[in-house]
Amino acid sequence: MNIINLENISRVYQVGSEEVHALDDVSLKIDRNEYVAIMGPSGSGKSTLMNIVGCLDTPTSGSYILKGTNVSDMSDNDLAEVRNREIGFVFQTFNLLPRATSFHNVELPLIYAGVPAAERREKAEQALSSVGLKERMLHKPNELSGGQRQRVAVARALVVGPSIILADEPTGNLDSKTGEDIMALFHEIYQLGNTIILVTHEEYIANHAKRVIRLLDGKVESDKTVTNCTVPNRGN
Amino acid sequence: MRQHLFEWKEGLVISLNAIRANKARSILTMLGIVIGICSVALMATAINGIDKAFVDGISALGADNLYIDKYAWFSDEDFFLMRNRKNVTLDQYERFTKLAKLPLAVAPTILTMHKVLYGDNYIEGTLMTGTTDGYVRTTNFNFARGRFFSALESNGARNVAVLGSEVAGHLFAQQDPLAREVKIDGISFRVVGVLEKQGSNMLGNFNPDNQVYIPIGTVFKYFRRNRDTVTIVVRARSTEMTEATKEEAIGMMRRVRGLLYDEKDDFSVNTQEGLTTEYDKVVGVIKLVGLFITGLSLLVGAIGIMNIMFVSVKERTKEIGIRKAIGAKKRTIMGQFLTEAALICLLGGLVGLLLAVGLSMLINKFLPTSVQMNTVVLAIAISLLTGIVSGLAPAWTAAKMDPVEALRYE
Repeated sequence: MNIINLENISRVYQVGSEEVHALDDVSLKIDRNEYVAIMGPSGSGKSTLMNIVGCLDTPTSGSYILKGTNVSDMSDNDLAEVRNREIGFVFQTFNLLPRATSFHNVELPLIYAGVPAAERREKAEQALSSVGLKERMLHKPNELSGGQRQRVAVARALVVGPSIILADEPTGNLDSKTGEDIMALFHEIYQLGNTIILVTHEEYIANHAKRVIRLLDGKVESDKTVTNCTVPNRGN
Repeated sequence: MRQHLFEWKEGLVISLNAIRANKARSILTMLGIVIGICSVALMATAINGIDKAFVDGISALGADNLYIDKYAWFSDEDFFLMRNRKNVTLDQYERFTKLAKLPLAVAPTILTMHKVLYGDNYIEGTLMTGTTDGYVRTTNFNFARGRFFSALESNGARNVAVLGSEVAGHLFAQQDPLAREVKIDGISFRVVGVLEKQGSNMLGNFNPDNQVYIPIGTVFKYFRRNRDTVTIVVRARSTEMTEATKEEAIGMMRRVRGLLYDEKDDFSVNTQEGLTTEYDKVVGVIKLVGLFITGLSLLVGAIGIMNIMFVSVKERTKEIGIRKAIGAKKRTIMGQFLTEAALICLLGGLVGLLLAVGLSMLINKFLPTSVQMNTVVLAIAISLLTGIVSGLAPAWTAAKMDPVEALRYE
């Protein structure tokens, strides 16, 4: 069963008097437990696609069925609930709350989901130990390295058990060694049965995925299954 | 419901952190509310004090008293018509006393003003109440020294005087006035009693503290003509009895004054209700104006809060984006910023209140007053409300942000 079903999605921005077609009639299906990379040069529409898949934005036309529910014309509040339950974001700039501890950052989605404190604690600790940061639980982001920050962000994405992990250039702000570690982490998560969508413009990052979708000028240029993908081995 | 509670608790933690992180800014913003709440609380306290002074003053005179007089004190009746009424005489008082069964006490009074002197100290134009020994039972007087004059002294029109506390203090300073001779318009009077301070400045010269009490017979002997009009003070047995006592007083006075059934009353029965109404009219306006002006300073504080909340929302655009991305709803974001504004105002309000309590102790030296419980509750409620109202627009701005735009904001 498709977890994501995009049909004839278009997204038009009004820039001054000009209409910009960021996405032009894109149709796409993604199954459960797929590892997909979305590639393309800047301006190709990959950010817009990610925003729509992540329910941060709604398409101008077309329909988006997520887990059998049409989310293309939901209200802001309903979309917030969908993001909370179904989507785990990992951003290039980590996007952690600077004044909160790792634990609190990971706990936050559970607060918005209305999970009681004891259960929150248990789940957040579990998520943090799955990324190997249990002992850094009470550190604030500025007390952590870049790689550690991104791990906290991954733990935050995982904590509610979402349908999709949506990673936007997750290694963009990391050195190659740390980047490789994060990619190894994604591979692990993938092997546990999660669906991962990776947005990137780096070939060697995209090579980790099992399927690569290339966008150009708001259209799908190619959609290939990769056979000889990189399997990273997690560094120490 | 449970979820709302979590979100609210989260909002509270966020707000506390935000306030802590921007200490200087938060404190400066709070200052506006501190001053606003402090002035409103002080104003309310001062009003309470004035009210209390008034009520105390009234009750020192006897709150359930009726005053039978030629003139109506508080009415629109034509003064010149009232002036043509027959005087209320001592003779009428005596007949009235025999007829009226309901009152607790009845006494005639007449006012006159004279210079009072002892040694080198004197007071010009001191208000004198000429009355009988029964007068003291129409009041709630307590005596610092001595007693009120007796029936014997009253009936005999003796030269005896009872001094109000201010008068005694001015004339005698540290000396004991009892049994000393004061000169009233050059005539010697023996002091038989001194009143305790009645503690009200609201009644001006009518305050017993500033008066001298002498037998009414003595007043007629030296200062007034026998036919001059007097005021008959009637004290009801209780507040509930006031109305019945008034009815009886009107009936009996009509008999005493020989009025026919179709003639209008040619006298007035005054109550302190009239005084209270008059007081409320004047002081009510002062209260409103006072609260309005102090309210303005609170408004300035509220505008400060609104301003700083807009800044706070702008600064935390990215944070709002992150929160929205991981599932915060509009009402969650809204609640977060409203809580922050309310918290700043509440903290400011509490500090303002503390300040007001301190300052009211200072005011207490001039006007006996203290911050009342209802003022405290009101001040806290007002500060919370101010926070919520002034946080509304900024919180809404935050709540309706587009998550994509907000995440992109640097």
